[in-house]
Amino acid sequence: MNPQRTAWLFLTPALLVLGVFFLLPVIAALALSLTDYDLYALASIHNLRFVALQNYWALLQRPLFWSALGHTVYFVAVGVPLSMGTSLGAALLLNSPLARCKPFFRTALFAPVVTTVVAVAVIWRYLFNTKYGMANFVLGHFGIHSIDWLGDPHWAMPTIILFAVWKNFGYNMIIFLAGLQAIPADLYEAARIDGASAWRQFRHITLPMLGPTMLMVSILTVSGYFQLFAEPYVMTEGGPLQSTTSVLYLMYDEGFKWWNLGSASAVAFLLFLIMFAVTAVMLKLARRGSEA
Amino acid sequence: MNQSWAKSLINGLLIGGAVVALFPLLWMLSVSFMQPGEASALPPPLLPVHATLSNYRELFVHAGMGRYLINSLAVSSVITALSLAFNLMAGYAFAKLRFAGRERLFQALIGALVIPAQVAMLPLFLLLKYIGLVNSYAGVIVPAMASVFGIFLVRQYARGIPDELIEAARIDGAGEWRIFGQIVLPLLKPIMVTLAIFSFLAAWNDFMWPLIVLTGQEHYTLPIGLASLAREHAQDSELMMAGSVITVLPVLLLFLAMQRYYLEGLLLGSVKG
Repeated sequence: MNPQRTAWLFLTPALLVLGVFFLLPVIAALALSLTDYDLYALASIHNLRFVALQNYWALLQRPLFWSALGHTVYFVAVGVPLSMGTSLGAALLLNSPLARCKPFFRTALFAPVVTTVVAVAVIWRYLFNTKYGMANFVLGHFGIHSIDWLGDPHWAMPTIILFAVWKNFGYNMIIFLAGLQAIPADLYEAARIDGASAWRQFRHITLPMLGPTMLMVSILTVSGYFQLFAEPYVMTEGGPLQSTTSVLYLMYDEGFKWWNLGSASAVAFLLFLIMFAVTAVMLKLARRGSEA
Repeated sequence: MNQSWAKSLINGLLIGGAVVALFPLLWMLSVSFMQPGEASALPPPLLPVHATLSNYRELFVHAGMGRYLINSLAVSSVITALSLAFNLMAGYAFAKLRFAGRERLFQALIGALVIPAQVAMLPLFLLLKYIGLVNSYAGVIVPAMASVFGIFLVRQYARGIPDELIEAARIDGAGEWRIFGQIVLPLLKPIMVTLAIFSFLAAWNDFMWPLIVLTGQEHYTLPIGLASLAREHAQDSELMMAGSVITVLPVLLLFLAMQRYYLEGLLLGSVKG
C-alpha cells in the first residue's frame, strides 16, 4: 500500500470527528455571532437575519456582560495565584527529604482532582451552610459570627474560589513536584557550602529553575479558570444578586435558556478573544522577564 | 533551624493538608448513612447514630439514580473505547508514518487547543439537532470520539518506538494494519491504559455539554441527574450526600487502583512537545 494513503487512513477517523464536531462548529459560531439567531429562527430559518457586529455592540453596552466579565476576572485573578501558591507549597512539602509517608500524602492531596465537580460542589454547599455548616461551626469556636457564605453577594465568590482551590490544587502540585525533582541536587549542595539559607536557596535556585514549568502551568490554569461554569451552576445558580454569574454562565443562559444563539455565540467569541489576549500578554511578559 | 523542629513542622503541615483534602469526602460518606434530618443539627454530627441505607434505597427506587448510573457507565465506556481507537491510530500516524504536511497539520491541531470547547457548543447543538442526536446517548458520545490531547499523548509516546522494528516488519511483507495491531499496539500498552483512564474520568465528570445536549431525564448522566436533584432537594443533605457518593466513588476507586498510570499521563501531557 502507498505510504501516503496508509497514513491518511489512520488519520481519517480522528480528523473527521475533530473537523465535523469541533472545527466546523467553531467556524459556524463566528458566522452565528453575526446573525440574530433566536427562537424564531430556530422555528424557521427564514427568520434569520445578518446583523454584522450588532450582537457584539449590544453586549458591550449591557451591564450584565460587564458584571459577568468582572466576576470571571475576579475568580481568575484571585483563584489562580491562590491555587498555584497552594500547589507549590504542597509540592515543596512533598519534595522535602524530611517528609514521611510521601505516597499517602500525595494521593490524599490529589484525590479532590479526580472527583466530579457537581458532587463535591454539593458537599461544599452543606459544609458552608449558614446554620448547620461545619465551616461556621468551626469559626464559631474562634468567636467569629456566622457567615452567610453562599447567600451573601460579598461572600459567594470567595467561597467558590476556596472550593476551586481545594478541588484543583493537586493537579499542579504533581507537575511542580516533577519540576522540583528535576532540579540537580548539586546546585543545592554548592549553595549550602556557600552558606546560603533555605530561603535564599528557594529564591535563587528553586524559583528560577521552575520558571518554564511555572509559565506553562499558569497559562493552563488561567485558561481553565476563565471557563468557570459548573461551580456557580450547582452552588449558587449564578446568584445571589447575580454575584457569581460568570461569562460562560451568561453564555449558557443566553443560548440555552433564552435561545438567543446569535448573541450567545458573540459571548463565547468575546471570551475566547479575552483568553487569547491574556495568554499573549503572559507569554510576552515572561519573555521580557527572561531577557532581563 | 533545628532539624527535628523542621521535621515536625513539615509533617504537621502535610497532615493538616491531607485532613482538609479528605475531610469533605469522608464527611460525605458518613452523612450518606444518616437518617433524614440528622445532619441538620448543631454541633454538626460526624458519625451517624444509627447507620442506614435508606438514602441509597430512596435514590435508586424513587429518584432514578440507578438509571443515571447505568447511563454514565455506558456513555463513559463507549467514549473511552472509541476515542482510544481513534486517538491511537492518529497518534501513531503522526509519530511514525510519513506523509506530506505532517508537521504542519500537527502544529495546527496543537494550535486549536487555544480555542475553548464552549465556543463550539452552540453550533454543535444546532448541528446535532439537525441530524436528530439531541437528547440521545450519541449526542454526548459523538463529539468526544477523538481529542487533540489524546492524539498528542499517543504521538509523544509512539515516537519512542524504533523505526527499524516497523521497517523490518514491512520488509517481511506484513501489511500496515498487521504492523499496527501486532507490533505497535503491544508497545503502546502503557499509554493505552493511561489514556483510557483519562478518557473515562473526563467523560464521567463532564458536565456542561451533557447538560446542554441531554434534555430528557431518561438519558441523564450522574452529574446532570445529581445537579437536577440538588435543585429539587436542596434541604435533604443526607439524600444528596448519598447521591454524591454514588457519583464520586466509581472514579475515585478507579483512580486509586490505577494511580501510577494516571499520574504518569498527567506529566507526559504537560511536557511541551
